[in-house]
Amino acid sequence: MKVNGEHLELVSPMTIEVLILKKGYRQDRVAVELNGRIVPRSEYGVVLLSNSDSVEIVGFVGGG
Amino acid sequence: MTLPSKEELENSLSTRHSPKVHNAIKNAKIGIAGMGGLGSNIAMMLARAGVSSLVIADHDVVDISNINRQNYYLEQIGKAKTDASEELLKAVNPYIAIVKHCVKLDPSNIPGIFGGCDIVCEAFDVPSEKAMFINTMLEECPGIKIVAGSGMAGFGRSNEIRTEKLFADLYLCGDGIDMEEAEGGLMSPRVNICAGHMANTVIALLMKGDV
Repeated sequence: MKVNGEHLELVSPMTIEVLILKKGYRQDRVAVELNGRIVPRSEYGVVLLSNSDSVEIVGFVGGG
Repeated sequence: MTLPSKEELENSLSTRHSPKVHNAIKNAKIGIAGMGGLGSNIAMMLARAGVSSLVIADHDVVDISNINRQNYYLEQIGKAKTDASEELLKAVNPYIAIVKHCVKLDPSNIPGIFGGCDIVCEAFDVPSEKAMFINTMLEECPGIKIVAGSGMAGFGRSNEIRTEKLFADLYLCGDGIDMEEAEGGLMSPRVNICAGHMANTVIALLMKGDV
């Protein structure tokens, strides 16, 4: 699958929640798009990713 | 002196910016969530540029610690930021329509407050609140473009603040570096550079539909 434009080989099914942690993000500080569609936060622990998926994770930092 | 009439002000903007640009900017309704360092400065830039309809939201009051970067004055300390901003924006354009919401934004009230806007700026400072707002808008109000800020603390490195289109309806301005990691904390110049990116993105989206 593709994560933020980079190839990532998926060896076993993985939820978006696990991917977020694996990439070093905090779940309460991100927005996630899966194949061009926003993923509701309530589905992070439910949606299983496959190798044909394209995921974009955006992390937000403090200050404003 | 007598203040210029609405027509005089519009003619001045139209002459400066061209009628095509002025009309596109004037007819937009822009939302701003959070009236701190980013939001208060974005609002002023958009008012000067000729946006005639703003929806602003913040639950906080002006504090002495805000004056280093937020578009407020010492005499406004203690006032609701929404009221203080309205005063200043109306000093630049007395005919601007401002809908104020002095409330804490959460997923239950965000769609009702910002659902009618053309473009909404996310201008909070706490990262989890940024994520909450952006996710709520993208989930509940599809089709409204979001311009968000992330990373503008410290000094120098002006050119590291950039604008990127990340999702179909999400544009992110900043350098991606948390305020805890930047020496000097939040300071006016870089906060204004980021606010400038955000206001400029709003205008580009109104004109071209993209950046």
